[in-house]
Amino acid sequence: MATEQASEGGLVFHPMDQFIVSPLFGDGAVHWYTPTNVTLWLALTVAAIAALLVLGTKQGRVVPGKTQSIAELAYGFVYKMVEDVSGRDGLKYFPYIMTLFMFILFANFLGLLPMAFTTTSHIAVTAILAMAVFLAVTILGFVLNGASFLGMFWVKSAPLALRPVLALIEVISYFVRPVSHSIRLAGNMTAGHAVIKVFAAFAGLAALSPLAILGVVAMYGLEILVCFIQAYVFTILTCVYLKDALHPHH
Amino acid sequence: MAETTHAAAGTAHSAADAVAHGSAATQSAGMPQLEFAHFPNQIFWLVIALGALYYILSRVALPRIASILADRQGRIMDDIAAAEQLKLKAEEAETAYQKALADARAESNRIIAEARAEVQVELDAAIAKADAEIAAKAAESERSINEIRAGAIDSIEAVAKDTAGAIVAAFGTGADDAVVADAVNARLKG
Repeated sequence: MATEQASEGGLVFHPMDQFIVSPLFGDGAVHWYTPTNVTLWLALTVAAIAALLVLGTKQGRVVPGKTQSIAELAYGFVYKMVEDVSGRDGLKYFPYIMTLFMFILFANFLGLLPMAFTTTSHIAVTAILAMAVFLAVTILGFVLNGASFLGMFWVKSAPLALRPVLALIEVISYFVRPVSHSIRLAGNMTAGHAVIKVFAAFAGLAALSPLAILGVVAMYGLEILVCFIQAYVFTILTCVYLKDALHPHH
Repeated sequence: MAETTHAAAGTAHSAADAVAHGSAATQSAGMPQLEFAHFPNQIFWLVIALGALYYILSRVALPRIASILADRQGRIMDDIAAAEQLKLKAEEAETAYQKALADARAESNRIIAEARAEVQVELDAAIAKADAEIAAKAAESERSINEIRAGAIDSIEAVAKDTAGAIVAAFGTGADDAVVADAVNARLKG
């Protein structure tokens, strides 16, 4: 399909080019320490969150202004989520969960800016986020509960004959968690951005451009929703996993 | 939510198709996400970014927001307590007012009763005095009426004697005064 269009209208599709990691200065090789567009957009993400949560609350007024209201809203939203899902003893880990939520939310939304680089569309980034959660939760589970943490896989409410089978399924699903956790986020981000790019490329054809622009607008609206929902899903799943570590015996 | 995830999964599929076709034309190296050479770079900067973010949030932002929220909560509690106290005060003031009102009413009733009694005493005295005066006046009048009446009877006797004497003289039979007087007296008694 793409090759046809290209030959007819000089149309070129590069839907995945927006995800290419490139050095900020020069065109040299990308070493592990090279400042790249990843660095830039991670820095922007951190800066935007700091602007909201630190500068926005600088005055610390009892009757909040607009920015302070948003900061308090974000705080209250995540705080309540952790409290509701993980329980009161999960609140100890609230700062890290808040970090995760704000990071993913802002990285997602910054990625929606034209010409932006979406850090959360990369499996390398989301896999680290997910593995950090997985390892932290697993270690926490064993530290807090000792070997009885393994009881989580041994479903006592099921008939004895079924328990080994269920245990196997539970173990597999437990280890699949970080995979689904990371691929869900990166996949959603990548897909949405790529589709917007494909629609945008069609706008080069005069006949199709109104439809293409409509498509871009519609996808953009959907993406705004997806950006928030994916940040929310990632965070709430983290809370659920944390609850498993804190209270393995449901 | 499940619906959007599903929709997003669908778009991911079509995007993958587009990539597959596009790569043939533009000879790109497939998904940049799977460029493993770039992984260390991304991971390195991500860890730094997350570390910085966690530091900022846990040291500055979150304690600050927590203290703002606690301040507000405390302020609200204080205000509610103050309002409660003011309400109690107002209630106290109202009971005091009601008491003062009742007292004043009782006092005024007492004053009215007193005044009424005083007036009654004075009135009674005045009435008694007036009665006595009236009685005195009546007695005096009685007395003067009797005097007048007595006087009148004497006068009538004299006039009757004079008149009778004159009448007798007019008939031309002169009469003794003593006889006329006896005759008149006999008549008057009869």
